[in-house]
Amino acid sequence: MSCPASPWPALVVVMPLSAAFLCFVLGQRWRGTPLLISLLATALCCVGSLEILRELAASGPISYRLGGWRPPWGIEYRIDGLNAFMLLLISSVGMLATLYSARNVPLEVPGGVPHYYALHLLLIAGLLGMSITGDVFNLYVFLEISSLAAYALIASAGGRGLRASFNYIVMGTVAACFYLLGVGYLYAVTGSLNMADLAGLLPPLRHSPVVVIALAFLLTGLAIKVALVPLHAWLPDAYAYAPSSASVLIASLMGKVGLYAMMRLLFSVFPALLGSLPVLPLLCGLGGCAVIVGSVLALAQMDFKRMLACSSISQVGYIVLGVGLANDRALTGALLHVLNHAVMKGALFMAAGAIIQMTGQRDVRRFGRLHHRMPLTATVVLLGALSMIGIPPTCGFFSKWYLLLGSLEAGSWASAGVILLSSLLNAIYFFRVIERSLMAGGEPGGRSEAPLSMLLPMAVLGAAILLLGIFNQAIVAALLAPALRLAPWR
Amino acid sequence: MIELLVARYNFWIAVVLMMLGFYAMMAKRNLLKKLIGMNVFQTSIFLFYISLGARRGGTIPILDAGGPYINPLPHVLILTAIVVSVSTTAVALSVLIGIKRTYGTIEENELPR
Repeated sequence: MSCPASPWPALVVVMPLSAAFLCFVLGQRWRGTPLLISLLATALCCVGSLEILRELAASGPISYRLGGWRPPWGIEYRIDGLNAFMLLLISSVGMLATLYSARNVPLEVPGGVPHYYALHLLLIAGLLGMSITGDVFNLYVFLEISSLAAYALIASAGGRGLRASFNYIVMGTVAACFYLLGVGYLYAVTGSLNMADLAGLLPPLRHSPVVVIALAFLLTGLAIKVALVPLHAWLPDAYAYAPSSASVLIASLMGKVGLYAMMRLLFSVFPALLGSLPVLPLLCGLGGCAVIVGSVLALAQMDFKRMLACSSISQVGYIVLGVGLANDRALTGALLHVLNHAVMKGALFMAAGAIIQMTGQRDVRRFGRLHHRMPLTATVVLLGALSMIGIPPTCGFFSKWYLLLGSLEAGSWASAGVILLSSLLNAIYFFRVIERSLMAGGEPGGRSEAPLSMLLPMAVLGAAILLLGIFNQAIVAALLAPALRLAPWR
Repeated sequence: MIELLVARYNFWIAVVLMMLGFYAMMAKRNLLKKLIGMNVFQTSIFLFYISLGARRGGTIPILDAGGPYINPLPHVLILTAIVVSVSTTAVALSVLIGIKRTYGTIEENELPR
């Protein structure tokens, strides 16, 4: 454990927070500043995440004390392999989403550009804070920061986004309240809020009903936040009717950070309870249901963004299934899927936003001749769709492969069957999109490709889909193996 | 049974308030009433937390006051949670104003599906 003089753990959270304020204040007067400040802030966060990774590789897990107060009385930021991986993911996807939003935001949120970027940076700050903190109440605070920014972002496009946002507000607040209640029970019974401290204090209490109920409330709150079946009803509307660049950020990152919080609580705070309670089999079952329910819901959708949103429900199911199977390969598959899904869904939502902006079409049945009008965007849609179905060498294949190996290793034929069946279902609705956009005829029109500021992040994510697949061995060895050391069965 | 009710009355009050708020969120058709139900739900959790810190015969947690102190940490945590609750209510009210302007109503059964 090193107590570094390096301020990066705190800076990574403070920079987007202060940049949000600056965006709003300076953006009232000078029009171009919100975008520049956002780009600078997210780029600095990327640099900070890389510095933290470098320091982690050099001297082991980092413990940063806010204000110099010693834990467990002070708030501690604790960074190990899992955190650092999440920080890098959030910063890089955040930067790409910021670049993407350059031409998209003035069109979808006219008159509210400084407000939009302030909320964008607040969301990124909340997500980074959730990933980095080692204190359960601090996690609640950042959870609420990111949720409030997301509620406002979803509502900012107006129209149906307002209703979707209100539904999300009610369900998300109930989720945060359940999380708070769980933290309250833990505090009542142990007197501590620090995750490492709780891990030491909880094993003798593991049969206490208070601790069991605390785990139940914490998991239920987080399950609502990640839209785990049967608590998924708010998600399709919220993702589909948000402005496009907000959809990119929320769909790629918010669910993943909630899943990270679940993993952190299960494996770093509550490992003593996992043997005596059927938590992991329950997560397996719910994950399997989510995989099927999400795919079936997506089959029925004709609006492209709604289809992608319902497909996200099933992808979350994959990750929860991996966590519930609880062996090395399954957890590798789950973490690899966190990375891959952020990249795939980010690329697909960016492409969806570009299509809606340039052609005004949201309905998949009217996507004809997309490859003539927007060839690069159509290529990104193709890559994303192939990756979601799970065709090598795209990255989606490898995470599903690890999950399959993990479920076979755990002897769970039902999980293996569910993964294969849902890949078939994914193939049905994604082939519909591929066929419509690449092969069918449609209205003739000239080239109207998306602007460069939208194309560049799409191209980066599209290339990442291929590169992450081809180099997945290196990624598993370099990024995920250190993350897996927190697993309690080692 | 009566001892259970009387001795743990703070928990029972929190449970009753929480269920009242939950009922309002589910059963009321007016979106503003749902929002107020959400507020009551949050308030019950705050009351539960603060009651955890109370202590028979305790005084205010300031060093000069002497004697056993009540636990100040739940108060600090709930101050943060109250700020969060107020911000959430503010965001929700702005969304409701937007809904009223766009659709002309905030009754759930009158809003278009």
